Formats: sequence, C-alpha cells, structure tokens
Amino acid sequence: MLEKAFKGSRAYWIWLLALLAVIGVGFGFYLRQLNFGLGITGMSRDVSWGFYIAQFTFLVGVAASAVMLVIPYYLHDYKKFGKITVLGEFLAVSSVIMCLLFIIADLGQPMRLFNVLIHPTPHSMLFWDMIVLNGYLLLNIVIGWNVLEAERNEIPPPQWVKPLIYLSIPWAISIHTVTAFLYCGLPGRGFWLTAVLAPRFLASAFAAGPAFLILLAFIVRRFTNFDAGREQIQTLAKIVTYGALANLFFFLCEVFVAVYSQIPEHTAHLQYLFFGLHGHDVLVPWMWTSIFLMLAAITLLVIPTARRNEAVLGVACVAIFIGIWIDKGLGMISGGFIPNPLHHVSEYVPTFPEIMITIAIYATGFLVLTILYKVVVGVKQEIGE
Amino acid sequence: MDNSRRSFLKIAGVSALGLGGVSGLSAMIPGPVIAEQGTSAPLYKDTQKALTAGRWGMVVDTRKLSRSLCEKMVAACHKAHNVPDHDHERHTIKWIWTDGFEHIFPGKDDEYLPERLNNLPILSLCNQCNNPPCVQACPTKATFQREDGIVMMDFHRCIGCRFCMAACPYGSRSFNFRDPRPAIDEENPDFPTRMKGVVEKCNFCAERLAEGKMPACVEVSEGALVFGDLEDPKSEIRKVLRENYAIRRKQSLGTNPSVYYII
Repeated sequence: MLEKAFKGSRAYWIWLLALLAVIGVGFGFYLRQLNFGLGITGMSRDVSWGFYIAQFTFLVGVAASAVMLVIPYYLHDYKKFGKITVLGEFLAVSSVIMCLLFIIADLGQPMRLFNVLIHPTPHSMLFWDMIVLNGYLLLNIVIGWNVLEAERNEIPPPQWVKPLIYLSIPWAISIHTVTAFLYCGLPGRGFWLTAVLAPRFLASAFAAGPAFLILLAFIVRRFTNFDAGREQIQTLAKIVTYGALANLFFFLCEVFVAVYSQIPEHTAHLQYLFFGLHGHDVLVPWMWTSIFLMLAAITLLVIPTARRNEAVLGVACVAIFIGIWIDKGLGMISGGFIPNPLHHVSEYVPTFPEIMITIAIYATGFLVLTILYKVVVGVKQEIGE
Repeated sequence: MDNSRRSFLKIAGVSALGLGGVSGLSAMIPGPVIAEQGTSAPLYKDTQKALTAGRWGMVVDTRKLSRSLCEKMVAACHKAHNVPDHDHERHTIKWIWTDGFEHIFPGKDDEYLPERLNNLPILSLCNQCNNPPCVQACPTKATFQREDGIVMMDFHRCIGCRFCMAACPYGSRSFNFRDPRPAIDEENPDFPTRMKGVVEKCNFCAERLAEGKMPACVEVSEGALVFGDLEDPKSEIRKVLRENYAIRRKQSLGTNPSVYYII
C-alpha cells in the first residue's frame, strides 16, 4: 500500500519538500543544541522543563483522542465511523512520533536514552510513559495498517486484530493518564498536585484531538475527492463539544479548590498565569486568550444551528485547538514551575532555536501524517469510496 | 517498606558502581573502594579511615550564621566539587547557597518575625531526604540512595531528563545547560568535573567521608554546622538535637529531610 505515497500531484510533492526543508533547518538548530547543550533554550534551573515537554504533553492528548473514533465504531457499532477510524489511528501514529521526538529533544544526554531500558525503574513514571507511548504507537500502526489493507482487499480484517483494537481503548486512556502522573505525583508542585489532572488532560484531549481531525477532514476533502462525510463530522463535533465542556468544568473545579481554600501553594500558580506575580506576567495575555477562545468555541458548538454550519464549525475547531494548545503547550508546564519551590519567580520564554526545533518536530509529524493520509485516500479512491 | 526499599536501593547503588564503574565514581563511594585491576578477589576492600554512619544528618545553627561565614562555606563546597561559575543566570549551578528565611521556609514567613531573621542569610543545600522524591522519579537509577542515607548521583548514567529537578521540593538540583569545564576557576583534581546535559547536587561530601574527612562546608563552618550520625544516640548531632528545638524544611511533604535548622 505504501506505493500510493509515491504517486502524487505536484502540490503533494511541493508540500513534502517544504516540510523536509523545515525539518532540515530545525535539525541544524538541533545540532547546535547537541553541541552547546540545552543552554540554547529558555529553560533554567527554576523552569527546568519548557516548550518541548509542553508540546509532548499536548500531543499525547491528540494521540489519545483516536479512541473517540474507536469507541463509537467498535464498541457501539456506529458504522458511519468505519470510514474515518483509520484517520484517527494514523493521526495517533504521527502524534506519538512527535511525542517521542520531543522527549529526545529535551534530553541532556540523548545518546544515553537507552539507559531507560538497560536500567528499568518501575518506580519512575517516565519508565511507564516509555512503555505506554511506544506500545500505543505500535498498536495503532498494526491496527490501522491491517484494517486499511483488509478494506482495500474488500475482506474483513484478520481475526487477531480485534483483540488489539479492544486493547487500544484502555491503552489510549493510559497514555494520557501516565503523562498526567508524571506531574501530579510530585510533592511540592502545588499546581500539578491534583487528582483532576489526568481527567482534565483527557477531557482537553478529547476536545482538541477530534477538533483537529475535523479540520483535517476539511483539508482532505478540499485537496482530494475523499469526503469524511457530513454526519461523521457532525458526530465528531458533538464529541468536541462534550470534551470542551468537560475540560472547562474540570478547570473550574480546579480554580474553585485553589481559590476557595486559599492555600498559597495552589493559588500562587494560578495567580501567576492569570494575573501575574511580583510583576512577572508574560503568560497573562496568552492565558486569557485561551479562556476566551475556549468560551467562544463552546458557545458556537452548543448552538445546534451554528454547529451544523461547517464554516462556523471550522472556526470553532480552530479556536478549540489553539485555546487548548495555549493551555497545555504554554501554561501547564511553566505554570507548574512558577513560582519555584522557594517562591522565587523566574519566568520562561522559549528562545528562537528552541522554537525552530519545535517547528521541525511538528513538520516531521505532518510529514508522517501526510504520507499516511495519502495512503488512506489512495486506498479509498481505489475501492471507490 | 523503608527497609525493603533501602535494600533495593542498595542493589541499585552497587549496580551503579558495577556498571558505571569508572574511576570518577569510585572516588565517591565511601567504605568499599574498587581494588586495583589485576589483583585477586575481593574486588572491594574497606578503607580504614572512612567515616561511616547509619544515617548521615546535618544541623544548621542559624544563630551562628553570618553573611561572611556563609560565603566561606559556599566557596569551600563549590571549590571542592568543581562547581562552575557561569555568568549566565539561567545556567547557574549551585550545590549550597543562601536565601532569605521566607524562601527557605515558605509558609513560615511572618510579619512579626524577629529582626535577626529578616536579614539573615540561611543556607540551602540538598536535604538528603530519607524518603527522596528525586530517587523515585529518576528513570535510570542515576540518582540513588545509599545505606547511610546519602542521595547520590551517577553522572555517567544520568540521561538529563530533569525529572528529579521537577520532583525536588527544595530546588536543590542543578542542570548542566552547557559544558561546565570552561567555567571552573581552579580545578580540583580529586573530584570529577561534569559534562553538559547531566544533573548535579550536593552529595554530603561522600568522597571526603570516604577519606575520613568532614564535609567541606562543615570544616569551615566554625561550629555553625553539626554533622553526624542521626541513628547514633551518642553522636554530637543527636546531642544538639536533644538540647535544641530544630525544624526541617517542608516537613509536611513526608520527604523526611536529614538537614535540621535551629532557628
């Protein structure tokens, strides 16, 4: 099936070359980082995780959201999703690849990466994150590829794929749960020390992931003759709506606990993010933008007539995606480090090389995604869908 | 549970020694040292001079601290351990440093604090927690706890993920954001320098204890620091703790620090 990725229009090849160019530039900056050390980033002794780990966290959510297609199709027999489930699975594949690249980009000694395997340490959450992420990657490649191949041959998928599909459902939940456990099990980091972190991660993932999938479906429809289907997109839109509402609810629970209890270790971080602390406030406009985008998108999504209009739906999905990206990709990680455990405020702003490396990793993800989607669309055209 | 974890960590420590068994590391392990290659078994032999303890601890007597004394202690430590002095704020490495009372003890800040405490620099260093969250977080056991309670780093195993830094509730850990070697004023050949991309922190001078010497900061502390075996009721540190009320940092977190402060 991979041969379908080698036959494409001019636009397809220009897009791939453009992505490769971005990757090349970013890789140049990565070589600089390898040579100098992580000192070329904006990270510091106080904010020891930055943009890379934040993108990783955000993308684990996008990856996990494939389950929002798998559950309706395989558990509720919602046949309509059969057409697009593989799009969700391949989005998961490219997202997990980006996650792994972000982790590697964040390591001080990447050549020692395999120490995690050589010295397995089950009491470290990072050990489990390695297992669940790589397992999820493998599951989605195997499931997506075999189901698509069966579809191409117009036969049912092999029997042994079924148990893997059922396994992929709790596995999807586990990747974002373990990712939340990286943060919420740490003493002395009041912002993350909350049982609602994993549920909130999942809720925001189930909003941002399907929102992104809707946008991808629009793009695929525009550039190819494959249509994900109006009803499918509308069902996804409802999932986005529930996800966004659940995320907002969990966030407000979080705010209530911190603000009403008035425990300084918990309020200080929220105060920093939304109002600034001791005169430091770089994230304040971003955080309010995030809140505004999410509220605006929810308003559009809960009104049925607005949601059913695909132009409005597109706008709402962009707003959801950016709003949650700011929340998780900017605020969630630095917010936990500021103020630091000694109640000093050192702010964090990513540097230019750091942003370039980040963009290159995203470009790598899009490259994988483009190739996988090209194969999917090629197969769908071949069987005349 | 503490016991089983201790024995587990003991294995971790020994395997760190075996697998990462490089000359730099061997100098940091007290008691047993790696015998010269080519000699017959046993591989490890006890040094006679080494200071040993059930659980090492420290008391910081803030009544005896002054700015100049603190500077002396910080300098002694940083010189002994080849701690680089980067001019870039973000790249700072520190094993021991001073901070104000409200930062060392957040939440214990008070409007009516005695004047003495308002301007007093208080020492901050790794607490050598008996229940260390950094050891729990480390995915490679590069950070491990020894039998005698010291929480140590294997600089050769650390992958630089900085999970330990997020886990430490005291901000005691530093990361080498760049090559530290050019920023070392005067290199001490008796202690390894580090490379970029690894985490480091205070090690209670394990390498000095192995040679029968007190930690570098304690040696120049003029009595402001008391170092000894917390598990030995006859030790000086226990005598000091019996006679003075001492507090520990963020005790409510359950990390069980081994550094006490007499306020």
